Formats: sequence, C-alpha cells, structure tokens
Amino acid sequence: MSELTLTVMRLGFLAVLWLFVIVAVQVIRSDLFGTRVTQRGSRRGGAGDGRAQRAQAAPPQQRQQQPPQAGGRRADRGRRGAPTKLVVSEGTLTGTTVALQGQTISLGRAHDSTIVLDDDYASSRHARIYPDRDGQWIVEDLGSTNGTYLDRTRLTTPTPIPLGAPIRIGKTVIELRK
Amino acid sequence: MSAISPMPNMPNTTNTTTISTEGPPSRRNTELALLAFAVLIPCFAYANVGLAMDGEMPSGLLGYGLGLGLMAGVGHLVVRKFARYADPLLLPLATFLNGIGLVIIWRLDQSPRLQARKFFTASATNQLMFSALGIALFVAVLILLKDHRILQRYTYISMVAALILLVAPMFFPAKFGARIWITIPGLGSIQPGEFAKIVLAIFFAGYLMVKRDALALASRRFMGLYLPRGRDLGPILAVWAFSILILVFETDLGTSLLFFGMFVVMLYVATERTSWIVFGLLMSAVGAVAVSTFEHHVQERVTAWLHPFDAFKDGSSDQIAQALMAFGSGGVFGTGWGQGHSDLIGFAANSDFILATVGEELGLAGVMAILLVYGLIVERGVRTALAARDPFGKLLATGLSGAFAIQVFVVAGGVMGLIPLTGMTMPFMAQGGSSVIANWALIAVLIKISDTARRPAPAPAPSPDAEMTQVVRP
Repeated sequence: MSELTLTVMRLGFLAVLWLFVIVAVQVIRSDLFGTRVTQRGSRRGGAGDGRAQRAQAAPPQQRQQQPPQAGGRRADRGRRGAPTKLVVSEGTLTGTTVALQGQTISLGRAHDSTIVLDDDYASSRHARIYPDRDGQWIVEDLGSTNGTYLDRTRLTTPTPIPLGAPIRIGKTVIELRK
Repeated sequence: MSAISPMPNMPNTTNTTTISTEGPPSRRNTELALLAFAVLIPCFAYANVGLAMDGEMPSGLLGYGLGLGLMAGVGHLVVRKFARYADPLLLPLATFLNGIGLVIIWRLDQSPRLQARKFFTASATNQLMFSALGIALFVAVLILLKDHRILQRYTYISMVAALILLVAPMFFPAKFGARIWITIPGLGSIQPGEFAKIVLAIFFAGYLMVKRDALALASRRFMGLYLPRGRDLGPILAVWAFSILILVFETDLGTSLLFFGMFVVMLYVATERTSWIVFGLLMSAVGAVAVSTFEHHVQERVTAWLHPFDAFKDGSSDQIAQALMAFGSGGVFGTGWGQGHSDLIGFAANSDFILATVGEELGLAGVMAILLVYGLIVERGVRTALAARDPFGKLLATGLSGAFAIQVFVVAGGVMGLIPLTGMTMPFMAQGGSSVIANWALIAVLIKISDTARRPAPAPAPSPDAEMTQVVRP
C-alpha cells in the first residue's frame, strides 16, 4: 500500500467519522419537538376595529385574577366613572375578572372565546362586549339560542351597559365594575 | 334553532398565535439511514486496518460486515415493531460504537507484539458473539418490557438484586487486583457490576420518586445551602457507606464511584437541591482519600496516576505511561488505522485502554468524534428524561444516562491520566462480554422510555363546541 493511499484513507476515515457525528447532530436539530407556535393569518374580515386584535392576544381562558392595568384606560379617557373590569358574579366562573382595556370580549362555549363558559345553556358564540367610539361599553347578543339578558330584558339590539347591571347568559351572570 | 349560533360580524382576528402540541413523527426511516451509515463506517475501518497491516482487503470483511449489519437490522426491526416512536439516534450511535470497538479489538488481535504474549487469545470473534448476545438482550427487553413503569413495582426487589450482584464477587477470587468478577468454572466469568448499574438505577428511581418531597422540602437554610434533616440524610449515607465498602472489599474504585455518582445525580435531579451535589462531592472526596491511605491496591493506582513514568525506573506496570505516549504520538490526525503502536500497552490494551488505540490511530480528531458520540447518547438519554411524562421514567432515564456518562468519564479520564485509573470498561467499545451485554440492555430501557415519552398523546376529549346547546324551556 502506498503512503499516499494510506494518508488519503486516514483523512478520509476521519472525514466520514465527523460526517456521522454531524449527521447525528442534524437529526437532533430536526427532532426538536414540543409545542409549536403558528402564526394565524387574517381568518375572516369583519367590522371589528383595530383594537380587537388585543382581545384574542390574551389567553382564551383567563381564570386568574387580573388586576386592572393603568395602561389600559385609553378607552375611557375623558370619561369619569367608566368601568375598568368585568366580573363574573354567578355561574361556574364566579370570581373571574377580566380587565377592560378597550378590547372586545367574546363570551361563549367556543374554546377561543375570551371568557369560555362551561355552561350547557350558553351557545358557542353567545355574546360580545365591546366599547363603542365614545368608550361606552356595549353588549350584543350574537344570535344565541337562549338569549342574553340585561337585567330582566332580553337583548335584541346592541345595548349600552350601565355600571353594575347584571348580564345573564345561561346560568352565568356578569357585570361591569369600576 | 341552530345549536351553534351564527356570527354575523365577529371581530377579525389578525396576527394571533395558536400554541398546540405537535405530534412527533416516528422517525424510523431516519434511524434506518443512520444505522446503515453506522454499519458502513466500521466496515470502512475494518478494510482500512487490513489494507494498512497486510496490504490487502481482509478476508473477514464480508462476514464482519454482514454480522454487524444483521445485528443492526434485527435491532431496527424490533424497534420498528415494539417501540415505534423511540428516539432515532440511540440505536445507530450504540451500533456505531460497538462496530468501532470490534474493529479495534480485531486490529489488536492482529498485532504480533500482543500475539507473542503468554495469555494471548484472539478476542474479536468472542466479542462479536457477545455483541450478538447483547442485541438479543436488547430485543428481549424491548419485547418483554411493555412499559417501563412496570419496573417501578420492583423497586425494593431491585435493591436486593443489586446488593446480591454487588456483594457476590467478594466470594470469588480476585482477578487482576480487583474482586469484580463472578467466575463460573468452565463457563467463564461475568462482571455483575455492569448489570447492577441498571438494577440500581431502577431502585434509586423508584425510591426517590416516593421520597423526593421529604428530601427536598424538609430542610433548613444555612449559608445559602439547604441542609437536609438528619433522618433524610440516611439514604445518602447508606449508599455512601456501601460504595466505600465495595471500595474496601472489592478494591474497585470505578464501581464505587459510579454508584455513588449516579445516586448523587439522581438525588439532585429529584430534589433540585444543590446542597446534595456539594455533600456528594465532599463525601466522595473524603471517602476516596481515606480509603486510599490504607488500601494498598487503591494506593498503587494513585501512585501510578501521579507518577506514570516512574514505571520505567522501578519496573512496575507501564500501562498508563504507554497509553499516554500512544495519545501523544497520535497527534491531531493520528497515525491511521493499523499503523500505531498502542499494542505496547500490552495487557488490557483492548479493554480498559481501548481509547488509547483510538487516540493513537485516529488522533485527537478521532477521540473527539468518539467522545461526541458518547456525549450524544447521554444527551438523548437526558432528552428522553425531559420528555418523559412520569416522574419514575424521568428519574430512570436520568440515572441510566448519568451512569453512562460517569462511566465514560471515569474510563476516559483514567486512560488519559486525568484521574486515577479504575478497572472499568468503555461502554460498547471495550472487550468484555458483561459490559457490552449490560450496555445493550441499558440502551433498550432508554429506548423504551423514549418510546413512551415521544408517543403522541391520545386525542383530547371532544370539544365542548361540538355539543348541543340546551334550550331553556319556560
């Protein structure tokens, strides 16, 4: 065997050896698994305003207490006595609060609602609560099966919500508070 | 009335993210491709050795290649059938190391210098047979062990079994200065410590899973460290005393270090308390120093480590010096297969000192690649532990890969002169039946855990959206 052949084989073997290691590392790289974060594009056009974006950015099931944030009072600038939080006062989610930061809050059994209602009498997309241009909070029934009640009256049109008035959805009652 | 209400003007949801769990693919074909690669490289090395030493293709190449390929193929098919979602890297990496080890053992068999020795026996064929036995055990574990959590039931039985395995060699005559073999006349000898490693990991995992809260939470804070209560120190003290006893009666530094190290690693992982590591290091240092002052065999090892080149003056064993010179003459790219003089190491050149041959013939580049492959096996083990959903599997995978890592460190460190040499074998590469069989079993358990860990979770309960809304009847 000539010296040259042996040298070529020696270096060739090392190259192949390292190639094996590199391929193995590449397999590890392509093997990272776990949770995958996908960007969802614009799913459906609609009449929602730009502020609605933040509504869905919040995790859908907010069971924890969320203190009202100072930065979230943009909507009620210029209005004294505007509500700062939404409180669930009856039903399985009693005690849940959601800070009102100018976002649209959707209510229903659908898992992507802002407040997911575990309530047999609620529809998937039951109602939504949103601020109008003046910062007045409006509740709107989304054609639910059993209807949305503000105090004792069943809603037919989007209606402004007075502070502290109970909104009944199935067995759940929510109200806006300061 | 429709159950799902229409949404006339839902707000548009632009630029939002969904976080979902991604089902891992089974990756069996990746494994097959890597496995083919892992069989071809040792074949290349085998041909290279023959060409360099005799100037012709070795006659055994076909048989060797087929043998290794067959073993790898059987292993792969069984993994495909019984552990579909297992980690794709563990089997190819282990096969690769086993193949390279076989080539080095065969290469040392060819050495005239070793053949001239009094007790020379060609060990490559034996090693191939032991590797086949190892694969057989691997297959048996994969088929018979339906779920690694079954092992949890045998926590205390494992403890007893491990004690028996560890204590048994004391009653057999010492070989090469260490009582770590059980000799069965006519059949050969086995090294039970290698199997005890796996059994003990099962015991530690089962025990710590139950006791970890007591060990982690009931503690006082002192100087930035969480000091465990006296009674919780019991188990670590017992294991420590036991490993010291092994050291004293079996004069086996490696095994005692391995078991104590494994226990400390698992204790740390189970409790997240750094204080255990501090305690463990202190205790093992104290134990090692104390024992080495009065135990002659251990003392000899320490002296040989501190002054390896004195061997040429006083005529004691020059193995370590020869190993160091082998590494030195290898340089960065090595001398090439079959062209080194690592056979000068003489006794145990193909078992404890096998890494020196890699160091001489493949150089620093080769040693690094081999150590990286070991590192990748350990990494896959730890990744398995991270992905495992049950605490027992987590601890078992950590313990097994920790033991594997410690063993590689202890052997490589000993051969390279970083720590005193201990009589342990390089997993998969070194000549020795018990070692290769036990390590195949270890890989099988890891593969089984990773199969459970990576198996896609069962489909979630049907979404509440799909249920009908009940209608209020006045």
